[in-house]
Amino acid sequence: MSPIVELKRISKSYGAVKVFEGISLSVKPGEVVAVIGRSGSGKSTMLRCINGLERIQGGEIHVAGHCIKPETKNLQELRLDVGMVFQSYALFPHLTVRENITLAPRVVKKLRSEEADAVAASVLKSVGLIEKIDAYPDSLSGGQQQRVAIARALAMKPKVMLFDEVTSALDPELTGEVLKVMEELAAAGMTMILVTHEMRFAENIADTTVFMHKGKIWEEGASNELFTNPKTPELRGFIQA
Amino acid sequence: MAYEMQFQPVLNYAPDLIDGTVTTLVLASQSIALGVILGGLGAIGRTEGPSWLSIAISTYVEVFRNTPLLVQLFLVFFALPMIGLQVPVMVAAVLAMALNLGAYATEIIRAGIVAIPKAQIEAGLSLGLSRFQIIRHIIFIPALMIIYPALTSQLTLTLLGTSIASAISAAELSSAASVIESKTFRSLETYITIALIYISLTFMFRFLYWIIGKILFHRKVVTSKNVVEDPLLTGAGA
Amino acid sequence: MIQTFSWDHVIFLLRGATWTLSLSIISFLVGGAVALLLAPLRVLGPSPVRASISGYVQIVQATPLLIVVFLAFYGLSFLNIHLPPLFAAGISLSIYSSAFLIEIWRGCIQAIGRPQWEAGDALALSLVQQLRYIILPQAFRIAIPPTVGFMVQVVKNTSVVALIGFVELTRAGQLLNNITFQPFAVFLTVAAIYFCVCFPLSLTSKYLSWRINVAHR
Ligand SMILES: Nc1ncnc2c1ncn2[C@@H]1O[C@H](COP(=O)(O)OP(=O)(O)OP(=O)(O)O)[C@@H](O)[C@H]1O
Ligand SMILES: [Mg+2]
Repeated sequence: MSPIVELKRISKSYGAVKVFEGISLSVKPGEVVAVIGRSGSGKSTMLRCINGLERIQGGEIHVAGHCIKPETKNLQELRLDVGMVFQSYALFPHLTVRENITLAPRVVKKLRSEEADAVAASVLKSVGLIEKIDAYPDSLSGGQQQRVAIARALAMKPKVMLFDEVTSALDPELTGEVLKVMEELAAAGMTMILVTHEMRFAENIADTTVFMHKGKIWEEGASNELFTNPKTPELRGFIQA
Repeated sequence: MAYEMQFQPVLNYAPDLIDGTVTTLVLASQSIALGVILGGLGAIGRTEGPSWLSIAISTYVEVFRNTPLLVQLFLVFFALPMIGLQVPVMVAAVLAMALNLGAYATEIIRAGIVAIPKAQIEAGLSLGLSRFQIIRHIIFIPALMIIYPALTSQLTLTLLGTSIASAISAAELSSAASVIESKTFRSLETYITIALIYISLTFMFRFLYWIIGKILFHRKVVTSKNVVEDPLLTGAGA
Repeated sequence: MIQTFSWDHVIFLLRGATWTLSLSIISFLVGGAVALLLAPLRVLGPSPVRASISGYVQIVQATPLLIVVFLAFYGLSFLNIHLPPLFAAGISLSIYSSAFLIEIWRGCIQAIGRPQWEAGDALALSLVQQLRYIILPQAFRIAIPPTVGFMVQVVKNTSVVALIGFVELTRAGQLLNNITFQPFAVFLTVAAIYFCVCFPLSLTSKYLSWRINVAHR
């Protein structure tokens, strides 16, 4: 099967500071890839390059038939096919849950509001929050807000979902509900790339795990293999820490 | 005491008072509308525009915030005709007031825009919204909510600032005052009356801002207080 | 006779500017003294006192400065007090400054949170001692940048007394304009002088508030 996401020797720097160089990665449709590594190793930056939130300086990225090069300007088409969920939820505080979810379908995809509402209801059901459809974000718990953020991304019917440490801002007792939603999404066949500190989750859910270190993909492999049998001392040290 | 206060002679000039009030309202609402539009464009230009535009806008902002409104008014009124632009009194007044408000509003609105968490803008981008759609749907209301107290106190200052236009004989309330005063010789009574009218107008405008706030921000209503929290942002007086 | 705008006229404007500065200093000091007394009372006084101070602030802030100037001017003569325009100008500008400074400083005092008061309570300090040793020193620190920023407004506000004929910088400009008919040269010079006074104050205020923000991180 041909890959749905493919990074080809991409490099990224901020001015003179190199974050990474020559990174390549290939993700098949329906595959779940976990990205792990120490703080500052470039995990978020790599993820953000995939939907063009960060500009790359070299190489190219292919996502669901779109191509990003360093000079690519128009990213809107690509972003319609890639959903992203942030550590800080980033719900729009002045909009209800329904309005948060229907905003992009209405203004970007030009859906009629009944159609958009139907989409909102269906994605909210899938994250188990249909009863909160008219609530405002600040009346929800962190876990609920993050599930709404996932639903908001799903409402655009993306082909790939990106998750950047989506449970890191949550109290430990709330991470479970979010991880469960992600697990169901993975089981439903969504292509997912997730940066995470939840090693057990990566090991159990991700097909592939990528360990980033010093601006490189240091080690990469099937999750069960990589966690039980790390090849590099750096990964061994990271897992034990 | 030199004499008893008598308001009747002043009130005999009610038609002049009403005309003056209407002119003040026209002057204020035109200046406010134009100034806020200018401020909105200025703020967007400063945050989104290329660096030369951003520098040009901040120069405009600093020049207008660090010189008195009265001098700006004189420049517009006396100097524009020199370069062949003959502007009527009312137009000169609105232009000067709007430019002045525009400078403050630029900074106030910009403060609102940069207060929106970056992640929300990125969330908008990753949902495929355009820059314009992000401003319109994601930034506008929350930013306006944040700056509403500062913006509305600035608008109140613009309302009160219209009194300065009497310096170029715009026929607003303060000009009406000097006309009535010179006819009745009841100076103190005239200015007390005028002050009361301005105070009523101010509270009327505040009430209006409160209503607008209530409509715009369905939920948390930010009341327009007369607090000037940061005089760097909002002006105070002339 | 029409004169051409010249170096002598700039000197004339600068002489007007010294009056602008004097008026600014007077109204800042007098208004500041009044506000220093009233701002703490506005926060902590008995409720009739708080309400009257708030009413005073509300009313002054809802009246154009120009009208306050006229009221002071004619109010004084109504009371049969005949003083030079300098006094009417000084009094009205001080009143105006006091109202704004009360609001600014009130905000600063209220920005000091409950825990600080409670810490004072726990140490058995009296109300005055808590104010003197705990609250006011902290409020003072955060009050400096907005207060410096407000000085810009004080300087600009003095221009309004030109309209009662007091010859400060703006009035000097008006007089010159009447004899030179060179409004561009005259008022741009006037504006430049104001700018030279106000812009450094603005920058200082911005720098001070930046420093406080950095220290808080
Ligand atoms: N806007 C920026 N300007 C300059 N340097 C940046 C910027 N954003 C990130 N960096 C640098 O790029 C490197 C990678 O950052 P990144 O956020 O991708 O790390 P990360 O692996 O996601 O870390 P964490 O686990 O802490 O989220 C870091 O050294 C960081 O300092
Ligand atoms: Mg990160």
